[in-house]
Amino acid sequence: MPIATASQTIGPYWHLMEDPSWADLTRFGATGEKITLTGAVLDGDGKPCADACVEIWQSDPPASDKFPGFGRSNTDGGGVYRFTTVKPGPVPGRGNSQQAPHIAICVLSRGLMRGLVTRAYFQGEKLNDTDPLLMSIEEPARRGTLIARPAESGTWRMDVRLQGEGETVFLDV
Amino acid sequence: MSDPLPFRPYSPGTQPPYDAPGYLGTVKRHPKQKLHPMPHTITETTGPGFSPDRFPPLTDLTAAKGKPAIGERIIVAGTITDEDGRPVPNTMVEIWQANATGRYDHPADQHDAPLDPNFHGTGRVFTDGQGRYGFLTIRPGAYPWPNHKNAWRPNHIHFSYFGPAFATRLITQMYFPGDPLLAFDPIFHAVPDEHARNRLIAVFDLDITEPDYALGYRFDVALRGHAATPMEG
Repeated sequence: MPIATASQTIGPYWHLMEDPSWADLTRFGATGEKITLTGAVLDGDGKPCADACVEIWQSDPPASDKFPGFGRSNTDGGGVYRFTTVKPGPVPGRGNSQQAPHIAICVLSRGLMRGLVTRAYFQGEKLNDTDPLLMSIEEPARRGTLIARPAESGTWRMDVRLQGEGETVFLDV
Repeated sequence: MSDPLPFRPYSPGTQPPYDAPGYLGTVKRHPKQKLHPMPHTITETTGPGFSPDRFPPLTDLTAAKGKPAIGERIIVAGTITDEDGRPVPNTMVEIWQANATGRYDHPADQHDAPLDPNFHGTGRVFTDGQGRYGFLTIRPGAYPWPNHKNAWRPNHIHFSYFGPAFATRLITQMYFPGDPLLAFDPIFHAVPDEHARNRLIAVFDLDITEPDYALGYRFDVALRGHAATPMEG
């Protein structure tokens, strides 16, 4: 039987397949609490990654004709990605557990041989204190790298640091 | 509610590491910490669906702009399966590539080779019920890149796959058989396992080749399969 095909970098020219409207997950008429999720992707020197492809997937609200659940954003000159989406609610975890509201993030770019997966949780959610994934990260400071913080109204910000001080927790999925 | 069926871990050595020093771009972009282990949940075992109605296919890259593109026409076709050999049906595949001269129709590409006004270099196809796909394009040219002295990327086509779940997402590159540049390419060689690496090289296929029209290359791809034994949460 074939083993899974190897990954190769997305490279600097992936924008050829980009459709900027994909960064708006509400474009098909989704209802619910509209939010902006944004942040900068930074390299090991703290410099912006200006050619990254950031993809998100959320299992809540469930994908439908009106809500694709999936989005793709480029990063601008400041390394900033930006999505418009619907704020997720809690979803079941394994066993009888409950997961706090979260959005899965995959960062692809030149210099990354494979996508790096992380999650954005939302600061202030009660369920964050019992979320199985957050609880499995022992150092509180590292756990904090997965928490988006409220900025201006309706906007949540989470930077992604690929390397070094404040390095984001990336997930082995 | 029963737990979702997880996907199996990747076979050791068959995926490239993030820290691939031969590829300079990885130096400041690879995480220093280990990936944090986590069991798959509904977020990882579900994924986006794309329908051809909303995301129209573009299977002929040679005529995307009305006039024929310059270069050697080729047909690329194959099957997408999971690791158990089961076809992955109705899944979207995105394609992008350089033109015949080795130049991308992209503002960041400043290589001194001509653009072809009749070639943009993007496609989108869906697999059929048996996991088969195919498209018509131009054989992409090699091009220099600033990784090391006299560095050239081998001829390649970029591919993006979704499969059934967020955990099956795959971005890769397809290479061509007999390309002398493969021996020197740090991106290709970042895959440690030789067999896994060589599966990124398409196979010339006379059955796909259309007489008097275009050479055919087979590129079969496997996306992650489900774990053999469901884990109980």
